[in-house]
Amino acid sequence: MVDERELVEAAQRGDRPAFEELVRQTFSDTYTLAYRLTGNEEDARDVAQEAYLRAWKGIGKFRGDAQFSTWMYRITANAAATFTKKRKRQRTESIDDIGEPAESRYDYQPAAMSEAADLLDRLSVAVDELPPKLRQVVVLRDVYGLGHEAIAQELDITETAAKVRLHRARHKLREVLDLPGEQRSGASAHAV
Amino acid sequence: MLCEQVQELLPSLIDGDEHNVEALAHVETCLQCQAEAARYRKLLRAMTMLRTRYLAPNPSALAQTLAGLESELERSAVRAVLSGKRLAYAGAIGGTVATAATVAAFVARNRKRGLKLAG
Ligand SMILES: [Zn+2]
Repeated sequence: MVDERELVEAAQRGDRPAFEELVRQTFSDTYTLAYRLTGNEEDARDVAQEAYLRAWKGIGKFRGDAQFSTWMYRITANAAATFTKKRKRQRTESIDDIGEPAESRYDYQPAAMSEAADLLDRLSVAVDELPPKLRQVVVLRDVYGLGHEAIAQELDITETAAKVRLHRARHKLREVLDLPGEQRSGASAHAV
Repeated sequence: MLCEQVQELLPSLIDGDEHNVEALAHVETCLQCQAEAARYRKLLRAMTMLRTRYLAPNPSALAQTLAGLESELERSAVRAVLSGKRLAYAGAIGGTVATAATVAAFVARNRKRGLKLAG
């Protein structure tokens, strides 16, 4: 695997194969974030593609002192926010307050799962089931470690709004830690 | 302060977003609220771990993304040439022979126009 910094520098000189290699190396990461932000595979693919397109166009502005992954997270967040707004306009009914039903995209193997892995699975489903506005903020802050300012900027909301959403999301997710054992494997069966 | 009020604040107290002295003092002396704070810490630790729990994309997703990227970049290269801007950018893109030919044709046409204007 070629060093990320070298690839970034080559891409900044207009070397497209180098950029494509960067896409290959970071795709799982970007796609996973896009999925967590949008909640479904098709949108995740569109957002990932848009994010890479913006990254190519803006790579000249990327400064080497920052992490490429963090820079990519911000671009992906912004692309997802634009995408969600567009989607919302296309739909007659807002999905923000009722939440989207979670899709079961894991192959659950309850018997083989350790308690920690089980917790992560339940948490993953619970994150999916959050209303999009809460989900985006808590994913960017608590999973990807972006600061409040960066989140507010990329989602085009105030920092106060970002904090309020974050705390509401944490409050909801905390309930996951309480679920009794017998409900665990069927966590995706009920919506919020 | 009541436990209930303090626990409402815990999601923001937990990472220092909220500096409520009264609430913090309560947590120091209340076992129930300490236990609740511990749950939030556990939640935050687990959330961090989700970052490397990659969701496997459809195997074709990467190929589709690369292909989509290529056609989008070539479209914007042609658009850039059409609008007479960022020729250097279009040149750097390279791309397929067809696109290169299209780009060359536009560049040639622009150049001729430029000469005409100059003369
Ligand atoms: Zn208490």
